[in-house]
Amino acid sequence: MRLKRAVKSVKRPLAVISVVAFLFCFCVLVWASGAGTRDAFVGASIGEARILVPFLADDTASASICGMVYNGLTRIDKNLNVTGDLAESWDVARGGMEITFFLRKGVKWHDGEPFTSADVVFTYEKIMDPGTGCPYAANFRDIESVTAVGDHTVKFSFSRPYAPALVKLGMGIIPKHLFSGIGDMRSSPYARSPVGTGPYRFEEWQRGRYLILKANYDYYEHSPGIKRYVQLIIPDQSVQFLELLSGGIDSMELNPYQYRLRSDTDLFKNEIEKYEYLSHSYTYIGYNLRDPLFSDVRVRQALSLAIDPREIVDSVLLGLGEPCTGPFLKGSAYYNDSVPGYPYDMEKAKRLLEDAGWVDTDEDGILEKDGRELRFVLATNQGSQVREDAATVIQRQWAGIGVKVEIQVVAWAAFLDHFIDKKNFQAVILGWTLPVDPDPDPIWHSRASAPGGLNFVSYSDPEVDRLIDEGRAEFDPGERKRIYREIHRLISEDAPYTFLFFPYATPAVNRRFKGIEPAPAGIGYNFIDWYVPEDEVRYKF
Amino acid sequence: MRRYVIKRLLLMAPMLIGISFILFAVMHLAPGDPSSIRYGLNPEVSDSARARFNSMYGLDKPISEQFIGWMKRIAVLDLGRSLMDDAPVREKILSRLPATLLLQVVSLAVIFCLALPIGVLSAVRKDSVFDRVMTVSVFVGYAMPAFWLALILIMVFGVRLQWLPISGMSPWYAQYLSLPENVLTLARHMVLPVIVTAFGGLAGLSRYSRASMIEVLGENYILTARAKGLRERRVILVHALKNALLPIITILGLTLPALISGSFIFETIFAWPGMGRLGYEAVMNYDYPMVMGVGLISTLLTLVGVFLSDVAYALVDPRIRLEGRK
Repeated sequence: MRLKRAVKSVKRPLAVISVVAFLFCFCVLVWASGAGTRDAFVGASIGEARILVPFLADDTASASICGMVYNGLTRIDKNLNVTGDLAESWDVARGGMEITFFLRKGVKWHDGEPFTSADVVFTYEKIMDPGTGCPYAANFRDIESVTAVGDHTVKFSFSRPYAPALVKLGMGIIPKHLFSGIGDMRSSPYARSPVGTGPYRFEEWQRGRYLILKANYDYYEHSPGIKRYVQLIIPDQSVQFLELLSGGIDSMELNPYQYRLRSDTDLFKNEIEKYEYLSHSYTYIGYNLRDPLFSDVRVRQALSLAIDPREIVDSVLLGLGEPCTGPFLKGSAYYNDSVPGYPYDMEKAKRLLEDAGWVDTDEDGILEKDGRELRFVLATNQGSQVREDAATVIQRQWAGIGVKVEIQVVAWAAFLDHFIDKKNFQAVILGWTLPVDPDPDPIWHSRASAPGGLNFVSYSDPEVDRLIDEGRAEFDPGERKRIYREIHRLISEDAPYTFLFFPYATPAVNRRFKGIEPAPAGIGYNFIDWYVPEDEVRYKF
Repeated sequence: MRRYVIKRLLLMAPMLIGISFILFAVMHLAPGDPSSIRYGLNPEVSDSARARFNSMYGLDKPISEQFIGWMKRIAVLDLGRSLMDDAPVREKILSRLPATLLLQVVSLAVIFCLALPIGVLSAVRKDSVFDRVMTVSVFVGYAMPAFWLALILIMVFGVRLQWLPISGMSPWYAQYLSLPENVLTLARHMVLPVIVTAFGGLAGLSRYSRASMIEVLGENYILTARAKGLRERRVILVHALKNALLPIITILGLTLPALISGSFIFETIFAWPGMGRLGYEAVMNYDYPMVMGVGLISTLLTLVGVFLSDVAYALVDPRIRLEGRK
């Protein structure tokens, strides 16, 4: 039936033959790998999805559903490179001032309407309209205009070259024919029952309980291997773990204790497979550079040298992480492996502090300078066991070089309100999630130290500023690599942060799912290729 | 009697206003705001997103103005929109209320059916082995952290023995089950939450009924009944129990607030799609309109519960019913 429809739409005989040949090969492949579209993947989420419009979704649950239902112009492949999604190819012209996307033909919305350039134009007009309230609007502020050149060609004009655009334009495209004329997108019915072009279509949403997506058999790549994608809402993580053990859910993200200790049972090992890969985030200590205590680079370097990241990873993450030396994703081209960072060296740390004038004159174990002791508050947010534990280890490690630290753990909202927003802190332990595009502008440019910006440690270096601006305008991957590796080196030398570690992501998935291939992008990137062998199917409807 | 009812109903209004004022103040006194929870320290989100979010929901106005605005909307039964997903608060609460009520009513019934016999038997056989065992066990139940008990029960009955489902109210494939299957699976999902809720609530009611029964058993009319030669069974179940039940009615009304506040925890653990979990999530996310809405409904439920128990008390006890007629 589907074959017939596909054949009908193709006019030229040569194309017919190649399509038939392709379909034949595909069917053989499908048959050989034992795949078909069946069973259901049941995941769990702590919170419920909120708004299923890709550019308004700002929580993990909504984002993961949107990722299944919608497609962007571009997407990220298994090795974190930009590749085409709804756009088959693109042209960067006029030094990056213009990008023309050539759209895939024959893609259909879940309601059967054809996908065209008008949808792309509509989506980006909505994103850039201040009335929409898109939280990601800043990523698109350099876009001057979006115009449809033909039904399947779209031209983006920029006010200045913006290299991260190719990644950022992976934002899901919404259907114009359903959303046009709707004033408030948040309360639109399609924000609750989305219609997209993606591998899964919306099926059912029981508030507070579960959300079900069903395979889109007409998906442009191929029909997904798993028939249903279910997101259960289970707010308690220990209950999630028990559900995983009992087979109620098929997958969850484990914490280090569950990964190392709780999974060492037959029940777990027979049913569940564990995976580990570098997560796209790092944990660091940030020093308030406006505090005179940290204005001397030797003090910051000494503090970094006195920390043994290996011990922290081993004791706090139970070994599930890797040391970090700079603000780029380890394993990506932009991470500068030749930067030594600050390998644990107590003697060197002590020497640096002495050079900076910090000496223990009254022999109480704490260093002094000009009558002031080297003591400060190390704050972190409540709710992260890893950060709290790390703070305790660091407190002891620093005591070894005569630095006295008091730990403060504060609830997230109060933490942001009292410490970060008002820049009223000395040192904090926090983490950053690394977007796929390496542009460090929002965190490291001196511009971002203004109120509301994310450079709350007030780092400012003209050379780094210049390189960041250069990197944003550079489309050549080789050049960008050079620029960001240089930024990595400069920031590491300045030591405004002590870069601690990249934790591993540690998901667990039921063993009946086959076709999972961990890669730098994680495991979810090829979800449509996952399948369950016929004799292991659990949900048969 | 009618005057009594009207008076009690009228007293509820100032109580509601007062409680919502306190709730509003406490919620806004907590440091931080919803936009910081939502967008704080996210490099993907623009600086202006927080400000825009605040102005969109009027959170940048003075607190007094926000409170007056809220009161005005409440007057026309508009609870506003949730800051989390922009859905109307009233709709969200109404969709979650049945699940909570179902759990509470069943738990209350279980508590009542267990606590009363325990109390009566303990009173009749005061200081017996049964009495002591029961005293210790209900206090253990009262003192035990509910979340711990819940996890242990889940571990044993859900994971090891696989007798009962662990969380939720129905499986996600409920639409493919027949009606009887759906009723059965709902009952199975309710077993653990009801046990945990009831276990904690047992202590209060059983102790009260024991004390009340002991008191009544010492009364002269019980002596009279026995002297008349009535069988002990009849003395206890008819003459004594009827009078001992009076204070229990009040206690039952007062158990309601404890159950509702407890539901914040139980529903979160068991992923029960009720109002308590809604409230818990709202508090965690600084969702002001939602917190106010859940707070208001919980207050209302509590007041109605207390009111009903008072009316019931008045109905069964002529001394109160006739008081106003002097």
